[in-house]
Amino acid sequence: MSDATMDASLNGPEPTQLKTADGLPLKVALAKSQARAKRRAFLLVAPLFLFVLITFVVPIGQMLLQSVYNDGFSKNAPALGQWFDAHPLGSPIDESAYAALASDLKQMKENRTQGEAGTRINYDVAGTRSLFTSTARKIERLEPPWKEAILGVDEGWSDPNLWRAMRSASSPYTVDFYLAAMDHTRDKDNNIVPVDPQRAIYGKLFTRTAILSLVITVLCMILAFPIAHLLASLPLAKSNLLMIFVLLPFWTSLLVRTTSWMVLLQQQGVINDLLVWSGLIGNDNRLEMMYNQTGTIVAMTHILLPFMVLPLYSVMRTIPPSYVRAARSLGATSWTAFRRIYLPQTLPGIGAGALLVFILSVGYYITPALVGGADGQLISNMIAFHMQKSLNWSLAAALASMLLGGVIILYWLYDRLVGIDNMKLG
Amino acid sequence: MAVPAYASPLERTWHYAYLVICGLIFFFLIAPIVVIIPLSFNAEPYFTFTEKMLSFDPSGYSMRWYDMLLTFGMQEPQVERSWSWWMDAWQHSTWIDVAKNSIIIGFFSTILATVLGTLAALGLSRPEMPFRRAIMAVLISPMIVPIIITATGLFFFYSKTGLAHSYPGIIMAHATLGIPFVIITVTATLVGFDHSLTRAAQNLGADPRTTFFKIVMPLILPGVVSGALFAFVTSFDEVVVVLFVAGYDQQTIPRQMWNGIREQISPAILAVATILVFVSIALLTTVELLRRRSERLRGMSPG
Repeated sequence: MSDATMDASLNGPEPTQLKTADGLPLKVALAKSQARAKRRAFLLVAPLFLFVLITFVVPIGQMLLQSVYNDGFSKNAPALGQWFDAHPLGSPIDESAYAALASDLKQMKENRTQGEAGTRINYDVAGTRSLFTSTARKIERLEPPWKEAILGVDEGWSDPNLWRAMRSASSPYTVDFYLAAMDHTRDKDNNIVPVDPQRAIYGKLFTRTAILSLVITVLCMILAFPIAHLLASLPLAKSNLLMIFVLLPFWTSLLVRTTSWMVLLQQQGVINDLLVWSGLIGNDNRLEMMYNQTGTIVAMTHILLPFMVLPLYSVMRTIPPSYVRAARSLGATSWTAFRRIYLPQTLPGIGAGALLVFILSVGYYITPALVGGADGQLISNMIAFHMQKSLNWSLAAALASMLLGGVIILYWLYDRLVGIDNMKLG
Repeated sequence: MAVPAYASPLERTWHYAYLVICGLIFFFLIAPIVVIIPLSFNAEPYFTFTEKMLSFDPSGYSMRWYDMLLTFGMQEPQVERSWSWWMDAWQHSTWIDVAKNSIIIGFFSTILATVLGTLAALGLSRPEMPFRRAIMAVLISPMIVPIIITATGLFFFYSKTGLAHSYPGIIMAHATLGIPFVIITVTATLVGFDHSLTRAAQNLGADPRTTFFKIVMPLILPGVVSGALFAFVTSFDEVVVVLFVAGYDQQTIPRQMWNGIREQISPAILAVATILVFVSIALLTTVELLRRRSERLRGMSPG
């Protein structure tokens, strides 16, 4: 309406300009009230937006920062930092370098930070944490010349790779954790090289996460399609009743459902008992369905299935049954009518469901952690491992940031194709 | 959904096969949830049906795991069940303690999520809202971003701001996770909302407050309540954030279950699971009734 008014006032000749009761030109008054309405709408959203900013966006920003920032070594080794600044890469590691090292080790001993600094270097060159702690313990008793003295405590200090790692860690900002997350490292000349294939685990883990998520998505698609179709073609009263079978799992706690699957899949569990009882398998060779990929796939398919059924159902409900009937009456077999008439119309639902299930499954943590065993773990479990067990927070943050990047791309795709405002719950 | 009269025998067969397949998939969906209910009454510490249970021998069933939920962590579980026994259970039983935490955290995070989420949904549904889609994408993202990433971020943020190991920290985090559900459900009820109703109210002299509480609120209430229930369930079921940022005092039911499943897997977990299944049945029923009421109010369905 406002456009029409504006157009008229811009283009047409204006013998008498329209004015409001206050004497304002109509155009100005309209723009004013539009701006007020905009401001009002924005004010309603603002509190929540601020809240989400503080409790969600800022913490994730902090995580991104943590993935490129680690001052565990740099803040505890100022003298070495200065030495590295003054001597470019490739300079011989001479007495002055060892003197700087000795002064830093002394300070670390005083502040009890040798463990912290050593841990930071240990992320890069395995087995060096003990070098820091053991040498710091003896540093008081050492005397110049430092090179001889320190090497006398431990030959390990002569390793050029260690010095390269310390140089790299002397700045708190680094991309090394991203390199590690991509199975790469630096050699002693600071070139980026792939790590030893035996220790390259993250690439495999990302691939496995993607493949397992794909398998789960496809399984969900296969299982969801018939029941969504049935629910959509039944009369509303009946389908509402059957819908309980989809909605009850959807509302049931994740941990409850995972527990149920543990009960069912255990070697002494219900399914194995049933198979033994029916004579399909012997008592001695009960199936191992848990603590491996099978467990993860079965339980996650069950948990994510409603997320596929609901969007499919809401799309299928809108497909007029007369189209298929028309195709049949024109001579198509039921298969042709399904393939050429019905299936193409369900594609938006399939796309929405598949994207949603895939997005949710790449980030899954609880179920793989409980039923996954060693080879059913996903990337989230590795992030949790580095957060809680190995305490390499920066690497955890780097892995999480990469996962986040992937999810954001998928989310953007989902928004483009489906529209987040079209998301339905129950 | 009957077979049409013109269907060939092959099509008929396929139709029945299709019904059987659907039945099996429904069974796959519901059986895992139903199976734990009888197992939680198992008299033996097993995770499968015993001979006695299968022959419906009453001695195969017992309430011992439910009893264990009450007594676990109590100071003197052996004494006679008098008033002081129940007081002891209320104060010291681990599971009662974590249930209290779950309810407190769930209650406050639901209030926070519902109030902020409803206001924002009202703003977002106005046609004048600038950057509507982008803002919506940000507000929904806590549901999409993997929970481990959110928990990791919160861990770094909370340990710097001192919110770790505190109730406000957990409540805020859970509210953030519940907000997308409130936004989605309230926006869905607002889709069919006739904005001329508010204008009519204002025209008749109602101030914005009266308009909101007398006109808008009753119409969107079903959406708000189901959003609130979703938010509550989200908080009630959340374990990863609690795992990362909660202290000893803020353990919740899922957190305690997580311990129980990982460490000393005990059938008491099945008793908790059964209770939770009934809680979810109650919540599901409420949401369904609300949805139908909302559809009826808006004239979208005949029933």
